[in-house]
Amino acid sequence: MIKEKVRVKTFKIDGIDVTGQSNATLLEVANEHGIKIPTLCYFEGLTPAGACRMCLVEVEGSDKLIPACTAKIKEGMEVTTNSERIKSHRKMILSMIFAERTHTCSVCVSNGHCELQDQAVDLGLDHSEVPYIHKVFEIDASHKEYIYDPNRCILCTRCVRVCDEVEGAHALDILSRGIDAKIIHDMDEPWALSESCTSCGKCVHVCPTGSLFEKGVSATEMVKKKSIITNLIKTRKER
Amino acid sequence: MKKARVATIWLDGCSGCHMSFLDMDERLVELSEYMDVVYSPYVDQKEFPSDVDLTIVEGALSTDHDIEMIKKIRKNSKKILALGDCAVTGNISAMKNLFGTEAVMQKAYFDLVDHNESGKYPQEIVPTLLDKVIPLNEAVDIDYFVPGCPTPADAIYEVLKAVLEGKEINISELTRFGK
Repeated sequence: MIKEKVRVKTFKIDGIDVTGQSNATLLEVANEHGIKIPTLCYFEGLTPAGACRMCLVEVEGSDKLIPACTAKIKEGMEVTTNSERIKSHRKMILSMIFAERTHTCSVCVSNGHCELQDQAVDLGLDHSEVPYIHKVFEIDASHKEYIYDPNRCILCTRCVRVCDEVEGAHALDILSRGIDAKIIHDMDEPWALSESCTSCGKCVHVCPTGSLFEKGVSATEMVKKKSIITNLIKTRKER
Repeated sequence: MKKARVATIWLDGCSGCHMSFLDMDERLVELSEYMDVVYSPYVDQKEFPSDVDLTIVEGALSTDHDIEMIKKIRKNSKKILALGDCAVTGNISAMKNLFGTEAVMQKAYFDLVDHNESGKYPQEIVPTLLDKVIPLNEAVDIDYFVPGCPTPADAIYEVLKAVLEGKEINISELTRFGK
């Protein structure tokens, strides 16, 4: 593959003139210019997945909403990040994420330190716009240090990506599709029996909700150390 | 100014949000100048009145009686305020949905009891459990959602004051799911 020559592109976000390197994503350029676009599955330094759709934005000339985290920038494009239409879509998306599983914030280990909760506050979502489903998933507490509760999983795949891209183990992946989807270890073994898991805990610390957590913590006690992973990625890049 | 007729009720909740209501302390005196509590666990009124301005509902809907009540409340109230996570999301009350009504009844009336002479679930007096616990807005239209577990007293005060004065308020600045 011929490497694309990196150039600078100029375009508009919310009417503000911005510039970015031609290989940058829309979200990266917005972040560099202090324009806040809400995200959930995005984690700085990991390959963007476009899984949660929170970062949807409008691009002039297109009816489709596109996720800013995976969108490449184009010269002269005009991007809107916060119209009434986008706000209403984001609220619906967030409602569907809440309603798909059984989060029960009040008794969650991550209550008060949860990115999903924070999004609800930021977007002013005070109730789900769709009915709750309450599909049952078995909790995997087989690992000696960590627990996976699929009932609180938003399928952002941060854990899958950090295990693959940073730890290099790829012990995690997604099984099934849609509402049946869940994170698995190896070929859907109990976590403790996974031969590829190194027990590093990176998956736990990038998890935005209380789905992956340390054993022994009670409600509100699980504070994720995301900066460890961010620093690790940065340090490696600088080498 | 005519005082607003306010009702409060708890359905499938723990009464924590009603405790939080009382935690408004001296601010209750201030609010009492603008509202009369016409039906509530706090007052001795057996029948739900017919002309209520605002009904504050704590708890999710778990039984046939809860459904009957919320429909009556909707019919008799100008506005309904869903107070707390159980009313807004189902919360802990809805965790039962992960196991099902049958499993819960089995646990309560057989597994955990020393005596159940009839060998049956209760059929009279106690209401029948629904197959699924639901938040209020899955049964009727709700006007205000005030999450929290329990909703903090400060949030209840600010919201009530705004509602009584007919002012707009950003609830997300005061409380959130699980607060």
